[in-house]
Amino acid sequence: MHMVRAHILVCGGTGCTSSHSQQIIEALETQLAEHGLGNEIKVIKTGCFGLCERGPIMIVYPEGVFYSRVTADDVPEIVEEHILKGRIVKRLLYQDTASHDTIQSLNKTRFYEKQHRVALRNCGVINPEDIMEYIAVDGYEALGRVLTGMTPQEVVDIIKASGLRGRGGAGFPTGMKWQFAMGDAPVKYVCCNADEGDPGAFMDRSVLEGDPHVVLEAMTIAGYAIGAHQGYIYVRAEYPIAIHRLQIAIKQSRELGFLGKDIFGSGFDFDIELRLGSGAFVCGEETALMTSIEGHRGEPRPRPPFPAVKGLFAVPTILNNVETYANIPQIILKGADWFASMGTEKSKGTKVFCLVGKINNTGLVEIPMGTTLREVVEEIGGGVPNGKKFKAAQTGGPSGGCIPAELIDTPIDYENLAAVGTMMGSGGLIVMDEDTCMVDIAKFFLEFTVDESCGKCTACRIGTKRLLEMLEKITNGEGTLELLDQMEELAYDIKANSLCALGQTAPNPVLSTMRYFRDEYIAHVVDKKCPAGVCKQLLAYKIIPEKCKGCTACARVCSVNAISGEVKKPHVIDTEKCIKCGACQLTCKFDAIVKG
Amino acid sequence: MAKKKTTVPFQGTAEQEAKLKALIAEYKEIPGALMPVLQQAQGIYGYLPIEVQQMIAEGLNIPLAEVYGVVTFYSQFTLNPKGKYEISVCMGTACYVKGAGDLIDRITHILGIEPGEVTPDGKFSLTNTRCIGACGLAPVMTVNDDVYGRLKAEDIDGILRKYMNEE
Repeated sequence: MHMVRAHILVCGGTGCTSSHSQQIIEALETQLAEHGLGNEIKVIKTGCFGLCERGPIMIVYPEGVFYSRVTADDVPEIVEEHILKGRIVKRLLYQDTASHDTIQSLNKTRFYEKQHRVALRNCGVINPEDIMEYIAVDGYEALGRVLTGMTPQEVVDIIKASGLRGRGGAGFPTGMKWQFAMGDAPVKYVCCNADEGDPGAFMDRSVLEGDPHVVLEAMTIAGYAIGAHQGYIYVRAEYPIAIHRLQIAIKQSRELGFLGKDIFGSGFDFDIELRLGSGAFVCGEETALMTSIEGHRGEPRPRPPFPAVKGLFAVPTILNNVETYANIPQIILKGADWFASMGTEKSKGTKVFCLVGKINNTGLVEIPMGTTLREVVEEIGGGVPNGKKFKAAQTGGPSGGCIPAELIDTPIDYENLAAVGTMMGSGGLIVMDEDTCMVDIAKFFLEFTVDESCGKCTACRIGTKRLLEMLEKITNGEGTLELLDQMEELAYDIKANSLCALGQTAPNPVLSTMRYFRDEYIAHVVDKKCPAGVCKQLLAYKIIPEKCKGCTACARVCSVNAISGEVKKPHVIDTEKCIKCGACQLTCKFDAIVKG
Repeated sequence: MAKKKTTVPFQGTAEQEAKLKALIAEYKEIPGALMPVLQQAQGIYGYLPIEVQQMIAEGLNIPLAEVYGVVTFYSQFTLNPKGKYEISVCMGTACYVKGAGDLIDRITHILGIEPGEVTPDGKFSLTNTRCIGACGLAPVMTVNDDVYGRLKAEDIDGILRKYMNEE
């Protein structure tokens, strides 16, 4: 076998590809060829490493040296210094955000130390476009074990015993879902929900991009367990890299006989087809997703009948989320007890979160259930940037709510999040600081649900629109205390009268922010002030006369001539004319312009 | 999202029509064919004017009303041709809290178009898109295949000027 002396792993996830990691790979290949190292050093494009904030990321093995924010211009230095002379390029090493120590290895960073990678174990480790690398890390071994030595009921029993719950949002026990679909219908389907639509969330995409075979293997196992022979992966069209790698994975898997007829000589047939979403958030709802695969408008259907009884094309169907599937092969290989040993009493295993927003280490993290929000934000996330104060974390996307700073010690699992008025959701975790206006955030999520409501039920279609209008009144300074009560009443009506989870949860961002940040709502309606300084209608720009030097810079950038004053004398802003664009504040060198 | 009907006359070529016919023939027998056919038809024509929907409706034997219903339901399908430079500003939560709204304001100010519109010369179109998943680079915008990350409103002028100067 051909041996190589070093491997250079470059992240090919969407974040790093957007910051030109492909150019780094090309530069590396050219440089290595120039030095005649093409046969000694192997360059591998992997899936997401997780620490997207520091992308593009490169790791050089065998040392495991972790370089961050690499550009193509750094490549000659890396090749000449590190690869040829064995000297680490110190200036590209990751600097710990808290201690400012330079850290050589990825696993030693505070970002990774607290993490426990199960669903993401192969992301950033293997080349996702090569099935042999997946097989080398025990890939398809679980499928072999299932097909050659287990009955379908034994498979379902292991999944049930592991306590695995759906990672897509609601947290329904996976084994139970499979059990419901085990009846003896002649045709059944296995579906994978890869229509990850929550804004600010990219967990499933990272699994698909970094480890696509794990999803294929798990779906085939599910097919065997319930007696289905066809699978569909419904993936959103906005994920071109994920789609490309899934296509490659399906092709390679068919070539080696892990998909197709008579898999592992067991007589079991299974194949998988990709179906692309077309940008409709509601299609993440299980019945809407199936309606969409059938080729219709993605509108939800009433349940019951549940999909396990009557799903896709009106036959029994199971639908699981990407991350749920990513846990299955390891549960088969390592056993239910191993999986159940992680997490809390009712929430087993780990959960992947996308840590984004006002946080130092933006990226993908996988933590055991029960880790506290404080550990995630302060230790893994490295805290809030620019010395600002942590205000709240939002989970569950447009269906979820927020966890305020005073509840930062909440352990993260299904039950605890529900108790504080939010939900696990698919795993978006958006950090907000003191500059974030909670009324504005509620408005942002409502705008999203108004856009994405499919229009089938009145409560959701019209209710969310009315709720948004009320929020707009508040941020425009036209709100009253009675309006707040009306909003709450309407929110509960929408929840009670909507057919699917989209409508039932759409008011949550409003209810949750009203529960924890009522004082901010009151500031908007009573004092007509936005404490965070976000809602433009409630702001006025002012010049502090003592600080103004009369340099006229602000008057010159003002596009509506709202600023006047003599040279070298304090200027004033005409608030009637001012359109609150903020250009003057950006221009002022003396911090003399304030908003409030 | 409401969709604006196009005012640009349909100018499909025979070559495009042949591709569409082949596509329809390939998918005709597959259950749930409409979505993949529409997705690829949009790849052929760049958008889905009523003339193309009509051909698909006839080819797949589905009522035109239903085809139109599906096209207007999904936000990726467009009834309008795109500008030569398609500007997309990510409005995912991470980008939003980091000031994506200010980027849109600045672009609208410079080009005089709102999201969903095209400049009269057909050069620029503007959309606010759902999360593109590059949250580590927030706020993010793309112009065709070029990605710009960690933006401030002041950066917009320079970026747009680059494309304005190109033919």
